[in-house]
Amino acid sequence: MLWIKNGIVIDPKNKIDGEKMDIFIKDGKIVDESEVNKDECRVIDANNKLVVAGGVEMHAHIAGSKINVGRTMRPEEMRIVRHTANKLRASIGRVLLTSPAIGYEYAKIGYTTAVEAASPPIGSPHTHEELDAIPIVDKAMLPVFGNWHFVFKYVAEKDREKLKAFIAWAIERTKGYGVKVVNPGGVEAWMYGGNVKNLEDEVPNWGVTPKEIITELVKSNEELDLPHSVHLHCNNLGNPGNYQTTIETMKLVSGLANEKRQTLHVTHVQFNAYAGSSWRDVASGAEEIAKVVNSMDNITIDMGQAIFGHATAMTGDAPFQFTLHKLTGSRWVNKDSEIEGGAGIVPIAYLPKNPVHALQWAIGLELGLLVDSDKVVLTTDYPNGGPFTEYPYVMAMLMSRKMREKELERVSPYVQKATSLPAIEVEKTLYDVIQMTRSLPARVMGMENKGHLGIGADADVAIYSINPDDVDPAAQYELINSEFRKPVYTIKGGEIVVKDGAVVAESWGRTFWVDARKKVSLDSIDEDLNSFFNSYYTIQRKNYGIQEEWLRNPVRVEVN
Amino acid sequence: MDAVCTFCGNVCDDVEFDVNTQKGKRFCALGLAKFREKERIKSPMVDGKEVSYEEAIEKAAEILVSSKKPLLYGWASTVNEAIRYGVILTEKVRGVYDQCASVCHAPGTLAVIEEGIPGGSLGAIKNRADVVIFWGSNPLEAHPRHPTRYSVMAKGFLIKDRKDRKVIVVDVRKTKSAKMADKFVQIKPGYDYAIISALRALVKGEDIEANEVGGVPKEELAELADIMKNAKYGVILYGLGVTQSRGRDRNIENAVKLIQLLNRYARWIIWPMRGHYNVVGAGEVPAWEVGYQYAIDFSRGYPRFSPAEFSAVEMLLRKDCDAMLVVSSDPAAHFPRRAVEHMKNIPVIQIDPFPNMTTLLSNVIIPSAVAGIEAEGWAYRMDGIPVRVKKLVDSPYWSDEKILKEMLRIVEEKLEG
Ligand code: SF4
Ligand SMILES: [Zn+2]
Repeated sequence: MLWIKNGIVIDPKNKIDGEKMDIFIKDGKIVDESEVNKDECRVIDANNKLVVAGGVEMHAHIAGSKINVGRTMRPEEMRIVRHTANKLRASIGRVLLTSPAIGYEYAKIGYTTAVEAASPPIGSPHTHEELDAIPIVDKAMLPVFGNWHFVFKYVAEKDREKLKAFIAWAIERTKGYGVKVVNPGGVEAWMYGGNVKNLEDEVPNWGVTPKEIITELVKSNEELDLPHSVHLHCNNLGNPGNYQTTIETMKLVSGLANEKRQTLHVTHVQFNAYAGSSWRDVASGAEEIAKVVNSMDNITIDMGQAIFGHATAMTGDAPFQFTLHKLTGSRWVNKDSEIEGGAGIVPIAYLPKNPVHALQWAIGLELGLLVDSDKVVLTTDYPNGGPFTEYPYVMAMLMSRKMREKELERVSPYVQKATSLPAIEVEKTLYDVIQMTRSLPARVMGMENKGHLGIGADADVAIYSINPDDVDPAAQYELINSEFRKPVYTIKGGEIVVKDGAVVAESWGRTFWVDARKKVSLDSIDEDLNSFFNSYYTIQRKNYGIQEEWLRNPVRVEVN
Repeated sequence: MDAVCTFCGNVCDDVEFDVNTQKGKRFCALGLAKFREKERIKSPMVDGKEVSYEEAIEKAAEILVSSKKPLLYGWASTVNEAIRYGVILTEKVRGVYDQCASVCHAPGTLAVIEEGIPGGSLGAIKNRADVVIFWGSNPLEAHPRHPTRYSVMAKGFLIKDRKDRKVIVVDVRKTKSAKMADKFVQIKPGYDYAIISALRALVKGEDIEANEVGGVPKEELAELADIMKNAKYGVILYGLGVTQSRGRDRNIENAVKLIQLLNRYARWIIWPMRGHYNVVGAGEVPAWEVGYQYAIDFSRGYPRFSPAEFSAVEMLLRKDCDAMLVVSSDPAAHFPRRAVEHMKNIPVIQIDPFPNMTTLLSNVIIPSAVAGIEAEGWAYRMDGIPVRVKKLVDSPYWSDEKILKEMLRIVEEKLEG
């Protein structure tokens, strides 16, 4: 039992903004004072300190074949030693971290939950093996659907019942958490060397369009009432002018409503927010996108903030990765995956003086500043935009115009004319950034017990040496940037895992997966499954996927 | 009983095996031979004396903890769960982790570091590839069911018939596989690099001055370049003929550059034909646990990768390790004689279901259950696709996973104590 005494709590979900409060923890949960025997509690003195829920990472690439090939391809990434083996594991990596390092580094910035945002379905056991090797944080993963032949078939046949059954089947088999879509139709077109450019382009051989794929998947997802909405990586990623595709895509869901959450989450929007017609006149489309997001009550986004320095692009968007390889001349990994989609990996470094990189950096911030704080989640699309370990930097930037002005001095002047960042006066508050890193991502993911400190929430807590009552983040941005990097405590499931910025205990989190099988008739797709497996797969249907008991610490979330 | 074959990198998951009658279905001869009963190591042994598992593991832990720099080697023929304990064990005892790839496909890994790898899964080949090139690989003899399941006769989404596909074998001699090909290109040993360079030039539309390269006439090379350029979806499946011939990793690097170029005209991928059933896992597991695939030294308490220094043969030749743990592998049969000499001078621990040359010089011998028959776990097919290998029957033998988990536990105790 823990008693966190006299902390200053910010808990946006429960509308608490800087109240001096005590928090009680028992059996891994936040409980009411009456539930604990105070004499038996270990007391944590949080006087004058900021007490918030553990951070929730809702979009990062932390496990599976993509990041692992990245590690293999980039030994230069692995030469930074973060922790030497003692009672904890050795952990290394600059931006691409080893699995132990990922768990430790999240805990070291006060994060306690992390979602792997794209897993090739047939490779899901690999993703889970890596998730199981990440200590401390709770986890989940999203299998990708947008280029899977089953999806094309049911969309072409306009058979939503079967599509729903297929989604339920696939999420159960992969022990996934929701529906991820990456460049719908575009990755299939890449199998013929192409891509899709806009929402009306047809997918080769299938006669379906990205628009139909997205709409049908969203509607199926909503009818299934999954905890998370469709999680979409839009078409046309990385191309000048793509902000229009992004806006058109968002408008596809206007009219749909879900009172618990958004009906569409559009991810790492920075990469999909470019105006202009070529790399010569590329500019920011963030303002237009922000207007659309703010005007719709069923859309959320995350930033995909670029961080100056090293990164590694890795996505299921295989054609984009080839474009990036051609653009940069850098190494290139591609992986066409059965009839499910593909992926690519390309090393990259964001340089402040490079006009395009500076633009990407600025666009991420524009989105973070211009979109309402209950609609935009802080992410870097790790490791695409950069390391998640830099979240404190992004938090500080969002809160301080002065810091932005200082940073603007070192970046390419191109951003002055191509973005509105220099003119943006918005300074987010501590409450805003706590929302963008805790309560909002938890709500977006449909994780009810995450991201807040109300009774019944998971006892995931971060305590920082920041006194909300007398800190001025706009002026004291350096303090914000440094203190969010070293929590006084990170508590995961009631256990103290970080103290004074150092990992002190290695615990093992849970893996959440969603079971929606009760909502569908799996029989309806039985024959199709058999026929596709017999004809196109190289694995027997009976051997496809992963059983719950093969996971380290699974939690089944049943949808009724 | 439904089984998954644990012999070669195909990891065929459609086979059946009856433990009682020792009969199998759909296996190739190699796989069936592995599954059929054969001589086993009967009991754990320490210095020639039969002991219990507990005693053998205790002794092994003692050797590992008291040595300055133990080498933990093998891993390609066991499941990921066991490999993971092996990696952590290596970290704890500050030893060196190396695996079979360091003597076969490691040049491919070095090429990935230089150029990446534009690849795809076996299902991508089955469904889409209209041009399949086996380069220095001999599937009929090394991966017998590869042609039917994945690459030559396999039918799929775009490939309805063997006739929809052009199969080319490039090799220094006319192998069995060459006979099933539509086209066989015989090359002079050691000329892979030059030929790939010539193809790169031809694909780009440049002329080459020589009339022949590596024994292949210019016209034939031009024809090959043409086939490549006009493919819809092509694949090069390379084998040890490329990685172990003159040029080694440079050959693969050059081939990857050819594939990068070809993708400007058509879709092409390249992939290695990996040998043992889980040699891919033996690289993937350490990559996520400690950042590298092989030749990893932990003597400073953190992982360092240096193939020329920390791969097993080099370590042994330099006499740079004072104990060795060998898991599911037979270095005594395959390593150079001088390397094996050093193995004779240091304590060697072996974990393996079957006796082999390494058994003869091991001080501690720990027999293990056969994964795929007596133990289950994850293995990664040659294309990195995970397949769960099965347990068909109970056996008195401990699994590699259980042995290594216990060894790790005791090692940790000793280190703390
Ligand atoms: S091809 Fe390989 S995996 Fe398949 S049955 Fe033969 S030995 Fe086993
Ligand atoms: Zn992403």
